[in-house]
Amino acid sequence: MIDFGQLLTVGISQLIGPSAIFFALLALGLNIHFGYTGLLNFGQIGFALVGAYGMGISVANYGAPLWLGVLIGMACGVVMALVLGIPTLRLRADYLAIVTIAASEILRLVTRSTSQTEFTGGTQGLTGFGDSFAALNPFTQPSYTILGLEIRGPDLWAILMGWTVVALCVLLTWLLVRSPWGRVIKAIREDEDAARALGKNVFAYKMQALALGGVFGALGGIVLALATQSLTPDFYSPPQTFFAYAALILGGAGRVLGPVIGAMLFWFLLSVADAFLRQATAGENPLLPFISSQDVGAIRFVLVGLFLGLMMVFRPQGIFGRRREVLGDGR
Amino acid sequence: MAADQSNDAGRADDTDTENTDTAVTRDVAGGEDAPAPAGRTDLRRALAGVPPEPGAAKPDPVLTVDGVTRTFGGLRAVDVAHVEFQRGAITGLIGPNGAGKTTLFNLLTGFDKADSGSWVHEGEPLQSLPPHRVARRGVVRTFQLTKALAGMTVMENMKLGATGQRGESFFGALFTGWGAQEREITERARTLLSRFNLDAKAGDLAGSLSGGQRKLLEMARALMMNPKVVMLDEPMAGVNPALTQSLLGHVKSLRDEGMTVVFVEHDMDVIRDISDWVVVMAQGQVIAEGPPEELSSNQAVVDAYLGAHHDQVLEFDDEGNPVGETAELVAEMEAEEIGADAPAPETPASDASTPDAPTSDEEKRA
Repeated sequence: MIDFGQLLTVGISQLIGPSAIFFALLALGLNIHFGYTGLLNFGQIGFALVGAYGMGISVANYGAPLWLGVLIGMACGVVMALVLGIPTLRLRADYLAIVTIAASEILRLVTRSTSQTEFTGGTQGLTGFGDSFAALNPFTQPSYTILGLEIRGPDLWAILMGWTVVALCVLLTWLLVRSPWGRVIKAIREDEDAARALGKNVFAYKMQALALGGVFGALGGIVLALATQSLTPDFYSPPQTFFAYAALILGGAGRVLGPVIGAMLFWFLLSVADAFLRQATAGENPLLPFISSQDVGAIRFVLVGLFLGLMMVFRPQGIFGRRREVLGDGR
Repeated sequence: MAADQSNDAGRADDTDTENTDTAVTRDVAGGEDAPAPAGRTDLRRALAGVPPEPGAAKPDPVLTVDGVTRTFGGLRAVDVAHVEFQRGAITGLIGPNGAGKTTLFNLLTGFDKADSGSWVHEGEPLQSLPPHRVARRGVVRTFQLTKALAGMTVMENMKLGATGQRGESFFGALFTGWGAQEREITERARTLLSRFNLDAKAGDLAGSLSGGQRKLLEMARALMMNPKVVMLDEPMAGVNPALTQSLLGHVKSLRDEGMTVVFVEHDMDVIRDISDWVVVMAQGQVIAEGPPEELSSNQAVVDAYLGAHHDQVLEFDDEGNPVGETAELVAEMEAEEIGADAPAPETPASDASTPDAPTSDEEKRA
């Protein structure tokens, strides 16, 4: 039989876990890019990579203090935005998409290359960058029970810090999009030439938006690296960007809380689907005998994909989105 | 000097005709001719002394264009030797499809790069500026295909037009109190919206407006920038006749407030109704200029619109070959074609023979 209690426990722990934090930050960045400014960044994972490695390399290789490492990681996000944005932001939207996805793959291949092993740790990745973060952990007991969930001390610390970063990013987004600055980037999303005709320097605004969203992505990489105490290049693969897009669209693009709720729900659904399928295919007399347990990893994505497809049909604006804004003509 | 006077008169006029302003609009909507404000009479007097020929010097030009060219492949879409636009006047820009009117607009406002040429607004060259800087200098345009920001409310559209907003810079948005300025802008936007009869729509998404209302919104939004020169690209296109009258009233009121209006239009009645001066373009060149009344008697204009030989009956024999005068005409045109080819080999032959063939710059822009 299916143990629904276990499904719920797994789901809830994923709802607030490091993955949800990571994808919430990635999607918050994409929300600035795609949701508000209309920039198609298909390489958000590359921003996470430069953030994580910027922090990891400066702390592990050069002994920088953690706070400096975090700042360097964020600065790497800005630099990447400048490098990718300067040649492409004057062109049509698709060029940024092509360049960002290519750049994110190039970055992953370079960091994992054996020629860089001394610097990046190659495929083994970096270690020893998170010691000072672990040393700051005030939760010294091995485990804590919160609302029936058992959470390890270090995890609780990572989750707490992670959600604090998410909350700060949400606050910053909210402050910006309600301001005249936010009005201009929304105008650029609607029609660049109209914004130009009204005296707005479209290129500068796109650059700022790309850099801001890139910093959110870099923070995602930093937080996940510290929370999991691991930093390996192959984690930063292109599909991660699209999971973040799925989270953003699920929650509602162009809404402040859309990406956060979307990321939480995405990981909740994914882990519940996973746990359910594992239970349903295991044991003496499985509920779904025609599925083998090896297929579970793939089938859970099929289920979530099906859910997203239905969502696009019946609620294209996502959970929080405004339908009229998404459908374009306002009718 | 004369122009300075007309300008001052226009401004003085502004204050005491504030209420008649709307009255003028209503009158026009009712189909009656409103009496021209005093400023306009002065303006017409100043323009009366200007010879009606291409490139004529104006008493007080606000925008002076010199030697502007733009080619698309082998096609010379714009080739304007010299044009001046009179301050405080409504200048109509007309010409057949593909004459280069919109391309000229795009060049003057920085949306397209000219191959050569210069244009000066208030003594400052504009030719090397990007579009947003041209707009900030007070030369503001609208588009033929209206660019209302559909996913934003009418009020947000309006507020976007305001210039010098502290909250529009990244750090300004976070660390300055832009609230007071925002309230001021909202107030100004509300006043403008009620003038354009859009105040009831302030909270609606711009995408839900009708075509005509979008044109009104675009014009009102441009006014939020306090422009000196307003360039309207086919403001009446796709607008129903009832709304056209009210739009015309609004265009006139811009002039009565001292703004210079340059607009592209196809409808001759509209041109005659509101413009003080008309510039006619064909095949990228300015072929005629003059007050609107003299337009229909100008041979170059008639030729550009109807073709040079429109009043001749064409005669053919049974096999479809031209005979009589028509044969002479064909021979003449062929000779012209060869002659036109020789000095400018990059120009396709079809250009010289078909004055009203739609050229591709309109399509390119679209």
